[in-house]
Amino acid sequence: MEKFTTLTSRAIPLDIENVDTDQIIPARFLKATDKKGFGDNVFRDWRFNKAGELNIDFSLNNQKYSGSILVAGDNFGCGSSREHAAWALVGYGFRVIVSSFFADIFKGNALNNGLLPVQVSEGFLKTLLETIKTVPETQIEVNLEAQTISMSNKSESFDIDSYKKTCMINGYDDIDYLLSKKEQIEAFEAEKTY
Amino acid sequence: MGKTLFDKVWDAHVVDSVQNGPQVLYIDKHLIHEVTSPQAFNELEDRGIHVFRPNQIVATADHNTPTLNQDLPIKDELSRKQLEQLSENCAKNNITLYELGHKYNGIVHVMVPELGITQPGMTMVCGDSHTSTHGAFGTIAFGIGTSQVAQVFASQCLLLSKPKSLRVTVNGKLKNGVLPKDVILYIISKLGTNSGTGYFCEYAGDVFENMSMEGRMTVCNMSIEMGARGGMIAPDETTFNYVKGREFAPKGDEFDKKVAYWKTLPTDEGAAFNQEYFFDAEDIEPMVTYGTNPGMGIKISESIPMDDNASFKKSLEYMNFEAGESLINKPINYVFIGSCTNSRIEDFRVAAGFIKGKQKANNVTAWLVPGSKQVEAQIIKEGLKTIFEDAGFQLRQPGCSACLAMNDDKIPQGEYCVSTSNRNFEGRQGQGSRTILASPLVAAATAVAGKIVDVTKDIETLELA
Repeated sequence: MEKFTTLTSRAIPLDIENVDTDQIIPARFLKATDKKGFGDNVFRDWRFNKAGELNIDFSLNNQKYSGSILVAGDNFGCGSSREHAAWALVGYGFRVIVSSFFADIFKGNALNNGLLPVQVSEGFLKTLLETIKTVPETQIEVNLEAQTISMSNKSESFDIDSYKKTCMINGYDDIDYLLSKKEQIEAFEAEKTY
Repeated sequence: MGKTLFDKVWDAHVVDSVQNGPQVLYIDKHLIHEVTSPQAFNELEDRGIHVFRPNQIVATADHNTPTLNQDLPIKDELSRKQLEQLSENCAKNNITLYELGHKYNGIVHVMVPELGITQPGMTMVCGDSHTSTHGAFGTIAFGIGTSQVAQVFASQCLLLSKPKSLRVTVNGKLKNGVLPKDVILYIISKLGTNSGTGYFCEYAGDVFENMSMEGRMTVCNMSIEMGARGGMIAPDETTFNYVKGREFAPKGDEFDKKVAYWKTLPTDEGAAFNQEYFFDAEDIEPMVTYGTNPGMGIKISESIPMDDNASFKKSLEYMNFEAGESLINKPINYVFIGSCTNSRIEDFRVAAGFIKGKQKANNVTAWLVPGSKQVEAQIIKEGLKTIFEDAGFQLRQPGCSACLAMNDDKIPQGEYCVSTSNRNFEGRQGQGSRTILASPLVAAATAVAGKIVDVTKDIETLELA
């Protein structure tokens, strides 16, 4: 997994609530047996109109926005457990998703792919969205070590599980940790009471 | 202080705890299917790791399978390849696979309980968010991502922080014609799609105690639609009777011993929950959704509410509905009865009970998709297939089908579908499709009328299973 420490970037606003993983990557693109290429189809049915032409009103297609931070509305990533959603966002080039609330499974999937979910207050999210829309050049700084997200003269701290933070900073994943526990797992199996 | 059902099952599965971090949770059963497993198998192979406990893994093909002509080779190359990959991976790693055509094949959350694999007090995971279904048996069951599928392959464990506890109690007697699907759609419409995030939810009260296992599975299935990783219902005689005698259920003394243990699992008197909600059964009516998330539901007799929120408006625009309007008499051209939410024998009994002696409306294309080969066989055995065919319906073969439209069962652009599935997200049933979630009864009534009808008007006279 790719390491994450700090990131300073412009951001793309996605001012929609309850963005579900079916929007992030529609089911018809889940037939691949590897992790490649999902970035091409991220938000497919919002990025392209019914005729398959680029929907220029959609923020990811708006030339004035760029960057590897996506700032989205409340309850981002709800719905299906498909990790393809995280692969698609990473494949498109995002390293950080900011929202006032994340769905559980998506959050775990993001962390397992070096994609940092930053949960901020509703007030901070609103300011952030307004700022990006008014001044798209605004640089946002995300510092995982300090657990802060800052822009211009505003800053907010965010929570992250300390174990997951260590994993992100060092690029570790859970498999390494679990394999180191093999003996304990076997002992548990031998002694389990249920 | 007493313990909750969730605490008891969770605590019995903790192998170890990371200091100030997550816990190592042991997983009893790991269910896999063709869509979310291939990358996990690749990961293990790339890192030279063996599958640790292949005999605790059960595989089926369901998400991507056709529901017609299953005996013929699959036309879509990518779908075929995905299924071939599953077969190869299972063979290579000694994992039992109920592949397409097998007499036990079906939707993972239908065929696994049917075989008695799901048992109270277990921990179960699958790379599918509707794994919450199995909580109906008093198991901790939840959906995981593909990285976690690889972790369970490697260690039969997951690293997890213990979720908070939530209890939803519904007491009283349900009105005639109000089905388990209406109960869960009602709960989600009241609590919202993220009320359960960070929680595991226990459903308690008369309504769930009096529900069949099929009904309990429908309820627990949709826990994820209010954000809860899982839902649970305390195991009782209904649960034990369902499990007893099934293919992989414990037999003889072993079964009795298990039952003695399962009886210790229900939440203790006085156990505390982080959050509690209470509802009255009498307040629930047949439900329909009008928007693009499962929380946007109303009683079928109600009108779409008014709301100035931009996301709400975007949702109504997508559905081509107006705030304040009723859905009654909306013409509907597609009806889907199926999915891991409502494709069990009871659901088809309800549909057949309503349809018997009536005819499908000419404008309606209806897809009736059983959840498993066993459900399909039961439909035929009970004569329901004949009822459906006499009424102009066609029974298809098992699979996830139009719930997520990965196969050819896609609702066309702009069309409405009254569906017994679990998600009404934009494009969920095909690009540009518009989904209205409902119970099998409302779906059957829609298919007969060719439009949404107020089934509550007939409730007094309905004869249901």
